[in-house]
Amino acid sequence: MGESWRAEKLPPETLQKNFVEITPPLTDEEALVESNRCLFCYDAPCMRACPTHINIPSFIKKIATGNLKGSARVIMESNFLGATCARVCPVDELCEGSCVYEPFNKPIMIGRLQRYATDAMIAKNWHLFEPGSPTGKRVACVGSGPAGLSCAAELAKLGHKVTIFEKREMAGGLDTYGIVVFREPREISLKEVQMVQDLGVEFRTKVEVGKEISTQELLTTYDAVFLGLGLGRVPPLGIPGENLAGVYDALDFVESTRTQPIHKIEVGRRVAILGAGNTAVDAATISKRLGAEHVLILYRRGEDEMSAYRFEYEFAKNEGIEYRLFTAPVRILGNHRVEAIECVRTQLSGLDATGRRAAVSIPGSEFTIPIDMVIRATGQHKYLQLLDNLNVKHEKGRILINTETGQTSNPKIFAGGDCVLGPGAMAATVIAVEHGKIGAKGIHHLLTPQKQAK
Amino acid sequence: MVTVDLSVKMSGLKSPNPFWVASGPPSNTLYQAHKAFEAGWGGFVWKTIGAPILNVTNRYGGIDYGGKRVVGFNNIELISDRPLSVNLKEIAEAKKRWPDRLVVVSLMVESKRQVWHEIVKRTQDTGCDAIELNYGCPHGMSERGMGSAVGQVPEYCTMITEWVMEAAKIPVLVKLTPNVTNIVTSARAVKQAKADGISMINTINSIMGVDLDSLQTQPQVHGKGGHGGYAGPAVKPVGLNLVSQVAKDSEVGLPISAIGGVETWRDAAEYMLLGASTVQVCTGIMKFGFRIVEDMIDGMKHWMEEKGFQSPHDFIGKSVSRISDYKDFNIMYKTIAEIDYDKCIKCNLCYVACEDGTHQAIELVRENGQSVPKILEEECVGCRMCELICPVHCITMEEVDRNLGVKSWAQIVAENPGIDENWETMEAWRKKHNFFIH
Repeated sequence: MGESWRAEKLPPETLQKNFVEITPPLTDEEALVESNRCLFCYDAPCMRACPTHINIPSFIKKIATGNLKGSARVIMESNFLGATCARVCPVDELCEGSCVYEPFNKPIMIGRLQRYATDAMIAKNWHLFEPGSPTGKRVACVGSGPAGLSCAAELAKLGHKVTIFEKREMAGGLDTYGIVVFREPREISLKEVQMVQDLGVEFRTKVEVGKEISTQELLTTYDAVFLGLGLGRVPPLGIPGENLAGVYDALDFVESTRTQPIHKIEVGRRVAILGAGNTAVDAATISKRLGAEHVLILYRRGEDEMSAYRFEYEFAKNEGIEYRLFTAPVRILGNHRVEAIECVRTQLSGLDATGRRAAVSIPGSEFTIPIDMVIRATGQHKYLQLLDNLNVKHEKGRILINTETGQTSNPKIFAGGDCVLGPGAMAATVIAVEHGKIGAKGIHHLLTPQKQAK
Repeated sequence: MVTVDLSVKMSGLKSPNPFWVASGPPSNTLYQAHKAFEAGWGGFVWKTIGAPILNVTNRYGGIDYGGKRVVGFNNIELISDRPLSVNLKEIAEAKKRWPDRLVVVSLMVESKRQVWHEIVKRTQDTGCDAIELNYGCPHGMSERGMGSAVGQVPEYCTMITEWVMEAAKIPVLVKLTPNVTNIVTSARAVKQAKADGISMINTINSIMGVDLDSLQTQPQVHGKGGHGGYAGPAVKPVGLNLVSQVAKDSEVGLPISAIGGVETWRDAAEYMLLGASTVQVCTGIMKFGFRIVEDMIDGMKHWMEEKGFQSPHDFIGKSVSRISDYKDFNIMYKTIAEIDYDKCIKCNLCYVACEDGTHQAIELVRENGQSVPKILEEECVGCRMCELICPVHCITMEEVDRNLGVKSWAQIVAENPGIDENWETMEAWRKKHNFFIH
């Protein structure tokens, strides 16, 4: 077979075009028209639908009056990752989906207006917030993804001294490493990291808790700890052939597009993605845009069970991704490299542990698809060992918290983001940001009880 | 279905329809006259000719609202800056080419009898149908003792109109300025001089704004600014009121050609219901071109068919009699807001307008995960703010029969001496009639 597994490299200009941000920014004129279209609802449903409760009518009105700085402030005071959320929020499911215009007119482009205001903030380098007067308390945030950044920013605004521990080289978590480039360029995430830094938060990158710093030291040095661990890599499926060359972890694959020059990334001619969530869509659409000839998404359940957002599913289909539903992988075949994948047809039966209908194989329905590359997008690892070392209660790696305060079973430790989400819960940057805010409030309450209003 | 004929008669003139191009930038040249008449306009009031002038640049200003451009407009343009002889020649040609349309010529010269006599004679020699006297321009010309400098002094209005009437062999309309305390006085003054009709309103004194970067007023002419004439949709309510006042005055009794924010057949119909025989359009054409007359003709025809009006004369002035004094309004008339929940989108603008801005008669209730506005009927004073602000027109003011008959303030005062001076008497009367106030 030689090197024939590789898809032919696309011309540089095509690649360049394929990986620039899909949604263009609003022009000044578009923003003016769109912001004026907003009705300025009272007790607005969009604001209730936003997990971070951004005062959407207020920030849009400010765009209409030409007060862009005020607009950005309104966004950022509810959501310190407002620039990222403007790009990656599932707005159809949240703010825009609840817009009062929805039944009879186009909903207001809330996401793009938010981007308009936050783009101005970034371009003009506005410093909208100041650190609070020092309380003398020290807080550690473990993980620098959206939950950790949001928590750190809120705590810094309240005057606490915050240190973020990040095992990777760059901060930002999935916002930096895990968003497809054509949804958000990496610079936006790094700018948000910068803004947290500007509030006096210390970043200790390439420091993994449990390795470079012990859990013991963490708990004795800091007055409180916030765990915004996120989740780990994609766990193995436990089927034969997973170790063959050409089998990838979807997160590694997405990450490569954010850390390497696009033209250096290789992709197979025929690519099979295992799983049908949002990450699967990312891996599939990246493969296609890199030049893969045929991209398949294999999923053992049906359309109704898919965890991908509707707009992601539609996007994937528009990009020419083929969905093979009710199809489960049995084993990956090949000598050194992937050559084919053996699958089995499935059907749905009763509910499984996650509350979804379980897929069962139909005996004798096995078939083989020739394939050059397999990408696993079937969920993420949980950090069981670390949680046990920290002595916080968890359920199979999901940290149990008081949802009002973010507090874990260890009163000094708070948590939020993907690491506290139960099965089937919506995982999104905006939700992690809100968790960070809740955790910051909980920690502030713990550290300065006498100052609380109540 | 009735057969509709849009032609109108006014001041001895017959116009194929009530829509005229107003004196202004759209009526500056023969070229524009041709284009206007081709588009279907019934009349064309030639941009004011008269004394020599020079214009400045940056002469227009606009006001935007909610992203919508030029809801109000102003200008500091003066009368025609083209030589009189050129204008007169073109006017003659326009009339010759369009015998079935009206060519009216707007005039403004210095306040000398001889000068007025001369311009009137030279103008009517062109064969034009009528003359319109510009007593209205609020900027520039007024500083030279013309335009609104005449219109603001009733005695001058009478005097100059008399001079014109001495020389005029064709109908004379006088265009009034709204920049006066009582426009009826101006109208009576020109009636006294035996003018044939009134055009109103000219533009309103205005400054359009201040640029927040340069701090210059808008529009600005090399750093300087000043008041200009305000026009466009925003002035229509002012025009409607002033036209109705003149139409209602029994002493005036002159036909009116209405001007002020007309852009559609609806605007025209409203002016005509309040007493105008024809309407004139300037800003609307400046914004969208002569083509807007097509829907004015079309829309008015359809509306007239629906209403059973054969001729504009069937409805001209039909609403004038409804203009009354507050003291004669029925105080016992009561309406309450009602929300059509099939149409309500739960934007809650009615709620905040009522709660903060008016009478606290709407509450917000959480229902099925939504905040829903509910009218508190006992508290509703029927003010109508909610109906006005609702973006989907789902609120109506429904009449409530309180079985209190009809009673005006005048009647109440007559029947209850002292009620207009004494709060106790008022409270007793209210109690007796169960007259709720919030």
